[in-house]
Amino acid sequence: MNIAMQILLDGFAVSALYALGATGFTLIFGVSGVLNLSHGALMVMAAVIAWAATAYLDLSSFAAALVGIFACLIATVMTNFVIVRPLQKSRKIPEEEKEIFILTGTLLWGILIQELVAYFFTSNAKAVNPIFEGVRLIGGVRVPDNEIFTAIICWIIIGVLWVLVNKTTLGKVLLAASMNSKGVTLLGFELSKIYVSVWLIYGLLAGIAGVLLGMFLGVSSYSAGPLMASAFTIVVLGGLGSIAGSLYAAYAVGYLETMTAYLISPAYRTIPSLILLVVVMYVRPQGFLGRR
Amino acid sequence: MTKTIARNHKPSAARDCLLAFCAASALFSAQYVIAAEPIRIGVIAEEQAISGASISQAAKMAADEINAAGGLDGRKVEIITYDNKSSATDSVRAFQRAAGEDKVNAVIASYISEVVLALEPWAARLKMPMITPGAASNEISKAVHKDYDRNKYTFHGYLTSAALSLEVCDAVKDLMVDKRGIKTAFIMSEDAAWTTPLDAGYAECLPKAGLTVVGHTRFSPDTTDFTPIFNQIETAKPDIIVTGISHVGVQPTVQWKSKQIPIPMIGIASQATNSSFWKETNGAALGVMFQSISSPDVAITAKTVPFAEGFKKRYGNYPSYCGYTAYDDVYMIVDAIKRAGSTEPDKMVTALEATDYQGTIGRVRFQGRDQEFTHSLVYDKELTGLIQQWHENKQVTVWPSKLAAGKTTFPAFVKLNAEK
Repeated sequence: MNIAMQILLDGFAVSALYALGATGFTLIFGVSGVLNLSHGALMVMAAVIAWAATAYLDLSSFAAALVGIFACLIATVMTNFVIVRPLQKSRKIPEEEKEIFILTGTLLWGILIQELVAYFFTSNAKAVNPIFEGVRLIGGVRVPDNEIFTAIICWIIIGVLWVLVNKTTLGKVLLAASMNSKGVTLLGFELSKIYVSVWLIYGLLAGIAGVLLGMFLGVSSYSAGPLMASAFTIVVLGGLGSIAGSLYAAYAVGYLETMTAYLISPAYRTIPSLILLVVVMYVRPQGFLGRR
Repeated sequence: MTKTIARNHKPSAARDCLLAFCAASALFSAQYVIAAEPIRIGVIAEEQAISGASISQAAKMAADEINAAGGLDGRKVEIITYDNKSSATDSVRAFQRAAGEDKVNAVIASYISEVVLALEPWAARLKMPMITPGAASNEISKAVHKDYDRNKYTFHGYLTSAALSLEVCDAVKDLMVDKRGIKTAFIMSEDAAWTTPLDAGYAECLPKAGLTVVGHTRFSPDTTDFTPIFNQIETAKPDIIVTGISHVGVQPTVQWKSKQIPIPMIGIASQATNSSFWKETNGAALGVMFQSISSPDVAITAKTVPFAEGFKKRYGNYPSYCGYTAYDDVYMIVDAIKRAGSTEPDKMVTALEATDYQGTIGRVRFQGRDQEFTHSLVYDKELTGLIQQWHENKQVTVWPSKLAAGKTTFPAFVKLNAEK
């Protein structure tokens, strides 16, 4: 079997998923300054709800995926209104401490979601029904159709996001808000509405990434922590708040992990990317494309 | 004066009588209290995992049955459950609480070897008889053998990894070597305490079954992407994959199907023993063969099917493998207390050692002090365990042949010779 081809194809699909998961995470940070530590739990929830929709309600794969994404959307909107906004608006918390409060708040919110998923659906892993079944040979390598579908969907969504951010008014406002939120307010845009829209976009991205991950590899409530950690690694590596940086970082991490798994051992999969993170922190603390 | 004395005597005699009556009745009622003191069994289990949840559910069911039949000489059996959240630290804390505060007479604990190994020294220190219904590591019963006087309180109520590997090899020989003429095998196990002796057992017994072992991989139980592992296996071109997995199960099975790995899997796959595994894998389980201690479709003994059906009626699903053993364990503990005539730990241990019980899994006996795996289950023709296979949304027993309810069948992408 052609191992180089295998690494190329598998690495591409895994990296595309990482990229999709991390772009939402970095977008939220870039625009509203929130490091959402419930990210992994939200992705897990999307996948488990999509699984439950097929297992208990007998929905088709596609309909179940939509249910999972919708559930994630509701949960992200709740994250904003129940956790983040009240903390941002609070007068009791000093301004300089708000960041740490939000960090803690989202972390606890994530644990809550994770525990609820384990309580209702057990901590055993679940696999979302794939939309496409079957495999095809590419360069002598057997690749599941659903893996190809996953990579394509990820790139389409990343493309749509690029167009949204760079070519539409909403995108320009988001970009402006990420650079100078006060300036945007002075131009007559309401910051809270911008935040709501960015949380909605984030919810969609996290939901889709979670459901696709559930189809591709399967997830359990235990996956929340590692998913959060990998998104964090990618975003820090790429430069906090930089979407393009996250894409580069996702591919660097994805390929590094895949190569390690194939050429050294699957047991050491995550180690080299963590070493890379430490090295980048020393040499270039702002990450690949970070502004600061 | 005499009168006075006489007068004084009269009430005194009456008081003495009253006192004697009170003392007698107090003694009687104290005896009555002792007689009615329940037998307390602590159950420390992984309540959030499907396999673990069955442990406390089955124990409660057994206790209810015993109580409905009048208990043990009027003494009720009380089950006190502790969720260990799959953590050894939480388990130790629960064990201390069970012994110290809740004053249990025995403990049924966990299906995770690491947890049971952490509890074993505590069973010794607190002199608390403990049975594990599902942990497999050889080290549990080896420790009893090595330091019997200290560790004799631990009983290994499940097959050791060594026995499990023998069972899988016996089944592989019958089902795959003799009937389908396969020649090579690849061992795939998660890296955990219970799989080290299992893999060693496989490496020893597979060649005896007529197979060449062409490779061996151990992966972290946190693994989510199994593509590189399957890729490594396919490169070695084995005829079958022999598994040792418990903490993972859904993910390798789903990826085995989605990537259409043409090699069948057989071995230990604990999660596949759960009736919900079909749903969790969206049917990717089709064709997966796994070791099981008991099953609702096979009357291993007269107790197997009534227990499994009763469990389903009560809890909505069939028990996991350690549900069967936990159910038997409660009966065995109560029986040991009855034979010992006491809840004194050393007497209970002696009585438990003499156990010869026809349970839901077969004839249960414990290995003796002189045997390598002291206090572990005796694996022989009267307790073989089963090999089952996932067919369309149901687990079908395919081995041993005298208990088989169906033949092996595989999804189209699996390449195998037809059955002879």
